[in-house]
Amino acid sequence: MLAEKALELIRELQRSKDGSLPPYNEDGVRQVLEEMRALFEQNQKDVSATVEGEKGLFSGVQLRHAALERNKRCLLAYLYNRLEEIRKMRWEFGSVLPGEVKYNMCEQEVQWFGKYNKMLATYMRSIGGVGGLDLTQDMKPPKTLYIEVRCLADHGEFETQDGNIIVLKKNSQHFLLRSECEHLIRQGVLEHMVH
Amino acid sequence: MSELEEFGDESSEEVEVLTAAEVLSKLEQAWADEKFAPDLLEAKTDLVECMLEQINEMEENIQRAKRGDFKVSLHRMEIDRIRYLLSSYLRCRLMKIEKHTTHILEQEQMRKEEENSRLSPEEYTFAKEYQASMEGHFKNIALRHMPPNLQSLDPKQTAVRPNLDSYVFLRVAEDTQGVLVEEETVDTGEEIVDLEKGDQHIMRYRPVVPLVASGAVTLI
Repeated sequence: MLAEKALELIRELQRSKDGSLPPYNEDGVRQVLEEMRALFEQNQKDVSATVEGEKGLFSGVQLRHAALERNKRCLLAYLYNRLEEIRKMRWEFGSVLPGEVKYNMCEQEVQWFGKYNKMLATYMRSIGGVGGLDLTQDMKPPKTLYIEVRCLADHGEFETQDGNIIVLKKNSQHFLLRSECEHLIRQGVLEHMVH
Repeated sequence: MSELEEFGDESSEEVEVLTAAEVLSKLEQAWADEKFAPDLLEAKTDLVECMLEQINEMEENIQRAKRGDFKVSLHRMEIDRIRYLLSSYLRCRLMKIEKHTTHILEQEQMRKEEENSRLSPEEYTFAKEYQASMEGHFKNIALRHMPPNLQSLDPKQTAVRPNLDSYVFLRVAEDTQGVLVEEETVDTGEEIVDLEKGDQHIMRYRPVVPLVASGAVTLI
């Protein structure tokens, strides 16, 4: 059936709606592009035949053109939504992506991520003139200044704002400035303990 | 904005606190409006910059304060709150810019000389770059492999546009007479409402766009 491969890509997006990024379907994309090329060639053949006087080919051309546009739309939707997902990850994980996520991205997507990183950093630095503002901090409205956290993984030494050095060992508990450890919580090193 | 300048010149403690609070409440309003409006509102660059300066000043003051002073933690908390407000406001704008990049840049291009830009210069740079990177990505992977007549991106078809017909909650801050809510159609007559100060409504966003911009109504 026409445009079936493209639909498959869209289904893949639908299935991964929970926020995970499935592997980039290079094969699928290539097949869609191949189908488009074949459709286009057929169309050109038919158009030149029509020009030479043959009749009755016109509706076929139109159908193929519709299929071409549908393929294009599905393919772009696939790429766009993946970028959207990747963009979200910049806000979740910070500027360095975990290996398993990167593994699922194609090379151009990795490049795009790098670009996005850069422009976001440039933007955040330029806010308000001096020093800028890190927008990836303060994601939740602050309730208290200090929070209790538990370490989920060994992280090593951590220097707090007032110069104390603490060791973040697995399963140890600390009472820290929220603004200092927010990014560690998002990375999954610490866990906010709610009583 | 006159009170901002006034605030910059004032050195007496009392006036400073008062005007800073005013800036803060304006910023809070801008933040709420931005959060609930479906499209991008005008950038409140002055407010943001003023507040950022304020934060930096407060932090410097804290550095000078004694350790373990109770007031320090109160101030810290306040700084944290303001910083959250600022980040959330700018983040919210950034999300809209990323979502409606093409639409916003189109608007920016059609903007007349005397109108204010909705984007701050920094946001404009960001929007431009963002659009370029997206289009570059699509071209690289897909478009350039497509048949020649399909290689272009038509903004009419691909641009994501804000839905101005979505409904918003609003509170009226200034009396406004005769707001045309519904154009006259074949079936129904036109619908006009008078907004009185303090009223709360649920309305389509489109008719109140200019009122939100002027501050006559606030979104809640």
